[in-house]
Amino acid sequence: MSHKMTKGKKPLPPQELHPMDQWLRSERMPHIWCAGCGIGPTLYAWARALDTVGIDKDKVVYVSGIGCSGRGSGYLDVDGFHTTHGRAIPFATGIKLVKPDLCVNVISGDGDIFSIGGNHFIHACRKNVDLLVICINNFIYGMTGGQLAATTPLGDYSTTTPYGNIEPPFNTPYLADASGAVYVARWTSIHVRLLEKSIAEALRMKGFRYIEVLSPCPVNYGRRNKLREVDDIAKWFWQSSVIKHGADTREVQIEKGKPIILGNFVKREKKLSYYDELKKLEEKVKRAAEGKK
Amino acid sequence: MGKAVLTGKHFWYGDIAIAEGAIAAGCRFFAGYPITPASEIAEHISRRFPEIGGICVQFEDELAAMAAILGASWAGAKSMTATSGPGLSLMTENLGLGVMMEVPTVVVDIQRGGPSTGLPTLTAQGDVMQAKWGSHGPYEIIALSPDSPQEAFDLTIRCFNLAEKYRVPVILLASETVGHSAGKVIVPPEDEIELIDRKKPTVPPEEYLPYRPDEDLIPPMAYAGEGYAICTTGLTHDEKGYPDVSAEAQEKLVRRLNDKIRKHMEEIVDVEEENMEDAKIAVVSYGQVSRPAKRAVKMAREEGIKAGSIKLITIWPFAENVIRKWAKQVELFIVPELNYGQIYLEVKREAAGNSETVLVPRMGGELITPQEIYREIKKVSKK
Repeated sequence: MSHKMTKGKKPLPPQELHPMDQWLRSERMPHIWCAGCGIGPTLYAWARALDTVGIDKDKVVYVSGIGCSGRGSGYLDVDGFHTTHGRAIPFATGIKLVKPDLCVNVISGDGDIFSIGGNHFIHACRKNVDLLVICINNFIYGMTGGQLAATTPLGDYSTTTPYGNIEPPFNTPYLADASGAVYVARWTSIHVRLLEKSIAEALRMKGFRYIEVLSPCPVNYGRRNKLREVDDIAKWFWQSSVIKHGADTREVQIEKGKPIILGNFVKREKKLSYYDELKKLEEKVKRAAEGKK
Repeated sequence: MGKAVLTGKHFWYGDIAIAEGAIAAGCRFFAGYPITPASEIAEHISRRFPEIGGICVQFEDELAAMAAILGASWAGAKSMTATSGPGLSLMTENLGLGVMMEVPTVVVDIQRGGPSTGLPTLTAQGDVMQAKWGSHGPYEIIALSPDSPQEAFDLTIRCFNLAEKYRVPVILLASETVGHSAGKVIVPPEDEIELIDRKKPTVPPEEYLPYRPDEDLIPPMAYAGEGYAICTTGLTHDEKGYPDVSAEAQEKLVRRLNDKIRKHMEEIVDVEEENMEDAKIAVVSYGQVSRPAKRAVKMAREEGIKAGSIKLITIWPFAENVIRKWAKQVELFIVPELNYGQIYLEVKREAAGNSETVLVPRMGGELITPQEIYREIKKVSKK
């Protein structure tokens, strides 16, 4: 009955608990992710950052869309919402605006956030909705079997580009920057400590914060792109990455054979988030009404 | 803080009555996207909400608006969106999620002529089947249809109550001629408006299962941020809310999602019957068409024709027992509607074997007149 994932294994005895066990729904282990996948390390960094910043677990909300990354919201022991494909950001916006004291996070994949949900991403940036959005970018549609993504590097192979990809990918930090995000960073899932620090920094800010996490998918991306071994993509990340804080986001496009620029690129001062603006407006309306009386 | 319930007598457009009905029902989160002929609802709410502490957001599209009202509901707000057919087409995506996650929320559809962009400014009733079957998968949903600004106000409140009670998105299926016609609306005193709120968990978080239903098949609902570590998904799930993609889990969950509506048909279904006691011909109508329909029945009665009227207030679930009951008495049902036969098919199905069913269709653009319905009554009465 291996398809009955919810049955899982029995919880591990205490001495074998994962260091982040208090954040996990251990009864749901094992998870569905493949060996070499970067989703686990990303969530590890996120949970550690929540610990570091000292955010009450009961106030943490995790909203995800569809795809491999989308499944994460069901593995973490916080309020988890596994929504429809692409709609995690507006769903999270609804939660955040009603309960502004909650720490609302959207953690989802590149297909979810930048293809089907691309419009929601740029508009939430523009409005400065108070959300932390982490895009786990594996350059491919992993769960559906390796189809072309809006982030697949030029020339790469996928099941729907058997002769190579002719579409330039999105440079997602540039998109976030241009759309007005207050925090923009890029890391990879092998830079766990630096990623954790970046997430902690973002968690301490208000407004729309975006972190792209490049993540290996050996099974459905690496296999068709000469990165077949479980650690090939990790090696590519390690060997090609250059950390450049404050880099001009126009210059961080990912191209094969060129350095991968990582770092905390944008930190922008915007006094008020979308919710704060709404409340300010409410005050103005109320004062005007009282003035009339 | 401004006044939420505007008790008194008003002269309102249907769209305004809907907005005020939502406010009176306790709606404090609205997400929308402009569309004719529903935009006045968003416009009115955007003016009113800052006065009363509600959150009104215009989103980038209907996909987002629908997603946002689900999120808002999970955070504890009564939420609503308003649109027309083309927008409902986009919203059906997350309408399905609302059904699956069991989210109380209200979707207003001010119907206009279709298919596609159709007649943006003119009336129709073409979204009846879309309201029922628009999203994929087998599910039950609730939809009500008002015939006037007053009923639009009243039924908007009822939509919220049904959504809260059954944990399901409820659709207010109005039409352009209701949204854009003005009429008297009486708003009762606040304490006379009966409101229902969703059931909350009565057990501590460690004992709470988000999808364990009570005997009424409806599970209590915890909100985000209350320490219940809610787990919810659009995937088929077990009582913990964990994905369980097995045939057994699907059978159990989907049956319950349907049965929680089907087993409460008596409470949900509402119809208005007139002159039915001895009727041999019954006009079955809904929404604004029920006004000319009632008039036509009156005209027929003046001629001595034994005609009666059944006005459907609840569109979905369909009032099958009502039609089945009257099918034993009446010889013929006449169904006037602003489409090419949607509720007609439902009536025909339930009347089959007992009575005939005749459709009086109009594709939209304008209402059917009492005379047209009366002529049909007269024609069939001579048979």
